[in-house]
Amino acid sequence: MDIAARDQLATSQDWPLAIYRTLKSFGVSQISYVPDAGHSRLIELSHGDSAIETTVLTTEEEGVALSAGAWLGGSRAVLLMQSSGVGNCVNMLSLLSSCRFPFLTLVTMRGEWAEFNPWQVAMGKATPQALEIMGVTVLRLERPEEAEDIVSAAASLAFESDQQVAILISQRMIGRKKWTEAK
Amino acid sequence: MAQNFTLDRRDAVKALLADRGDLLAVSGLGSSSYDVFAAGEHPGNFYLWGAMGGAAMVGLGIALAQPKRPVAVITGDGEQLMGVGSLLTIAAKKPGNLTIVVLDNGHFGETGMQLSHSGLGARLEVIASGAGIASVREITDIEGIISLRAEMQSIDAGPRLARVRIASDHVDRALPPRDGVFLKNRFRQNLGIAVT
Repeated sequence: MDIAARDQLATSQDWPLAIYRTLKSFGVSQISYVPDAGHSRLIELSHGDSAIETTVLTTEEEGVALSAGAWLGGSRAVLLMQSSGVGNCVNMLSLLSSCRFPFLTLVTMRGEWAEFNPWQVAMGKATPQALEIMGVTVLRLERPEEAEDIVSAAASLAFESDQQVAILISQRMIGRKKWTEAK
Repeated sequence: MAQNFTLDRRDAVKALLADRGDLLAVSGLGSSSYDVFAAGEHPGNFYLWGAMGGAAMVGLGIALAQPKRPVAVITGDGEQLMGVGSLLTIAAKKPGNLTIVVLDNGHFGETGMQLSHSGLGARLEVIASGAGIASVREITDIEGIISLRAEMQSIDAGPRLARVRIASDHVDRALPPRDGVFLKNRFRQNLGIAVT
C-alpha cells in the first residue's frame, strides 16, 4: 500500500479527521460548539489549529448568530452540536433565511440508535423536522468512509449556493455511549 | 421601580457613532436599530429586525473575522437579556475589538413598555463583569458616551460592555431597510468582499 492510499484509509476510519481536513479545504476559519462526546476529537483538532477561531458556546443558538456574523466579516464558520441543541436554534435560524446566510452545522445524533436515556428520544426524533421546518437542508452521515464526500457536498451547498445545511451524524456510527465505567 | 434617567437615546447613539472611522456596527432589533439608522445610514451598519438575543453573537462573529476593525454591538436591555449567555461566550473568547453597548431603559419598548429584568433591578454591567468581561461601565450622560466613543476605536483593549442608562420616553420610529440580503451584501461589499 502506498502512502497516499494508507493515508486515505486512515482518514476514512478516523472520520473526525476527514471532516476536519474537508472543512479546512473549504477555508473554514471559525468553529463554534456546544460539546458532545461524538464531536470531541473534532473539537480537539479545531482547538489545536491556530488558523481556526474556536468558540465554546453556552447554548446552540449563539452559534447560529455567530456563523452569520462570521459570514458578514468574510469568514466561513461551522457549528458543532448534539441533536438536543437543534431545538434551541429554531427562532435564530430565521436570521439565516431572512438574509440568505450560508450555514453549515454538524449534528451528532442522540435518541435514535440503541439509546439508553429516554430523555434524549423526543428531541432526537424531532431533529430532522425541526431543521426542515426552518428551511435547513438535512443530510445524513451514516458511514465513516462517506465523511469527506458528504461534508464536501454540504460545504459546497452552504458556502457556494448560500444554503443552510445540517449533517446529522448517526448515533450508530458514533457508537454506543458507555454508561458504566470499566473496572 | 425603575429610576428615571434623562439621556435621550437618539442623542446618545448619534454621539457614539460620530466620527466612527472604521467602526462596524450591529444593532439589536427594535429601537436600537432605529437609533443606529437615525444616527446616519452607513454600509458598515447591520441592522437586525429579528433574531432576538443574537446581536452580541453576530458582533462576535464579525469581530473574529475582522480583528483589525473595531466592532460595536448596539442593543437594548431586553435583547441582551435574552442572549445573556453570550456575555460568557464573549468573555471566554476575549475579542479585543468588540464593544457591546446596551441602551437600557429598563423596559421592553417595542411591545408595550413592560418592565424588563433590568428595570426590575438586574445590572447587565455587573453580570458582564461576573462573566469575565474586564472592561465594564455604566454611562448616564453624554460625556460618558464621548469617552466610550474614543475607547471603542481601540482593537486590543476589549471586550467591553457599557450599560447606557437612557430615558424611557417615547421616540418616533426611524425605519432602516428590512431586506436582509441587501443588508448582508452591502455590509460585505463595504469590507471589499465581492458579491458573487
